[in-house]
Amino acid sequence: MKYLIIGNSAAAAGAVEAIRRNDKRNSITIISDEPHHVYSRPLISYLLAGHTKEDKMYYRDENFYKENNVETVFNKRVTAVDTKKKQVILNNKGQGTRGKGQVIDYDKLLIATGGIPFIPPIKGKDRKNVYTFTKWSDAAEILQVSKNVKKAVVIGAGMIGLKAIEGLTAIGIDVTVVELAPEVLSRALDRDASRIVQRKMEEAGVEVITNNEVVEITGKGNVANGVVLRDKKKIKCDLVIVAIGVIPNTVFIKNSGIKINRGVVVDERMETSVKGVYAAGDVAEALNMLTNEKMPIPIWPLAYRQGGIAGDNMSGGSFVYKGGFPMNSIEFPGVPTISIGIIDPRGEGYESIVKNDAANGNYKRIIIKNERLVGAILVGADVDRAGILTGLIKEQTPVTAFKDKLLDRNFGFVSMPKDLRKERLGRAI
Amino acid sequence: MKIVYPKEEVCMACRLCEVACITEHSKSKDTLKAYKKENPAPLSRTLVEEIFPGLSVSVMCRHCSDAPCIEACFTSAMHRLALSEVEGKPDGRVIVNEPKCVGCWMCIMACPFGVIKRNQYIGEGQGDNPLNPPLLRGKGKGQEIKVKLSSKCDLCPDRSIPACVEACPNKALVHEERN
Repeated sequence: MKYLIIGNSAAAAGAVEAIRRNDKRNSITIISDEPHHVYSRPLISYLLAGHTKEDKMYYRDENFYKENNVETVFNKRVTAVDTKKKQVILNNKGQGTRGKGQVIDYDKLLIATGGIPFIPPIKGKDRKNVYTFTKWSDAAEILQVSKNVKKAVVIGAGMIGLKAIEGLTAIGIDVTVVELAPEVLSRALDRDASRIVQRKMEEAGVEVITNNEVVEITGKGNVANGVVLRDKKKIKCDLVIVAIGVIPNTVFIKNSGIKINRGVVVDERMETSVKGVYAAGDVAEALNMLTNEKMPIPIWPLAYRQGGIAGDNMSGGSFVYKGGFPMNSIEFPGVPTISIGIIDPRGEGYESIVKNDAANGNYKRIIIKNERLVGAILVGADVDRAGILTGLIKEQTPVTAFKDKLLDRNFGFVSMPKDLRKERLGRAI
Repeated sequence: MKIVYPKEEVCMACRLCEVACITEHSKSKDTLKAYKKENPAPLSRTLVEEIFPGLSVSVMCRHCSDAPCIEACFTSAMHRLALSEVEGKPDGRVIVNEPKCVGCWMCIMACPFGVIKRNQYIGEGQGDNPLNPPLLRGKGKGQEIKVKLSSKCDLCPDRSIPACVEACPNKALVHEERN
């Protein structure tokens, strides 16, 4: 039995740990197109800012592969998967078709290749000093050129864009962000919450331009020196970061027979349409338990969980994925923000209750359907006990009995009926 | 494993568990110094929830067997201790590796008990309340002390009985194993 994992992040680590709980003997191989020991991609903004040093970037300690008897193949890109011969075909990174033909056999395969940045066809996108912001090398390269950078334009004010802005401003780079939507963090927050975050960004000196887009990246020679917006406005800059979003990294399995929709479609065991081939993490399209639809939900906790479920099933276990839902925590300096579940309810049957204290930077919105919580937006001090709401969403606990207390800053177990409280606090979890 | 369970019927919201917790997790292990002098001073890792009058309960980490906070932590600061540092015995506590924590609050978002505390209290002597810490301390840009840190119950690794349990005058906190 040979286990093969393509990818080397949260889902891969979860899979390795699960496989080794069931099977201590058979070989595990991890293939990565990066040169690094398993590390935390979300830390790249902290690395850029100087808040995290390189030795704190790793997700597992240096003995992780050795202790789990994992072979690693780094700096290689998988170009194809042959599901009939049970082989993957590798290329050296950046070598084009040279070196083609290196082949690795597998019995069980996990596709955990995550997401790749989406780059729209903006004129001038291939110029120097135009970066994306999802991996270690992005932060390292930006750091390398940063001493000659005074001004940056970030395209996209979503999660990745805000993390990039946080990193750039921390090292003294002036930032303008250009967002297509009417608000920042438009996919994670509602309008009122977004406005609080946008105000804090502006107070911190970031120029925020919404309802607009970059149509061209101009250059001097081949080096970016500015952008042109849809409304013809020009902004000079030395660096551009394209942070529009990520899409599942599925290009290399296009002709493999593995079913791909938006991501790699998986069942409740994280197995794809091809037997023995599994997918987990940002590349996978698994169940959203709140909408009952399959969709990629590219967040760290679900990647780790899905990796664990895939690994367990690959090695003879029978763990089942009960579904997940989107959630994210992002703090622009001074304004912590947490978004959980369905935050833009469409259709009938949703009820929304809101407490807006924008003047003090606090906001809380709760979304309910069929007497159950399905979503929450929290900004400012209200984030403190956010997880209780996450728990109520996950457990689908009826909340009607304490609905009027949900918006309280001090909402907690004393706000719930006694039997529910005792059930939650009185037993081993 | 043995964790701390609250008994709301005999809790009287005296908050001595919080005082004991802050003291235990201070450098000096002296209550007055912990509250008034230490910088940074710890936060209480248990929280007395209260509806006045008559209902209160002290809530802290359940050390879940399938812990959502560990899953959510992308730095691996939040982790399960496999073997205790003291005696090398099997353990199961969920604890924070503080130098690795970057204060992203993913654990706070994930914890269904809401028992992970945000930020480290940076005191400036008298007048600041450790239960309601300021966000930033220090003067001048770049001179601020890092206050972003997740704090949670570690079941007092230096004690056989956690400090909060020992401090409770009414036995409203018990240290035991349940199913």
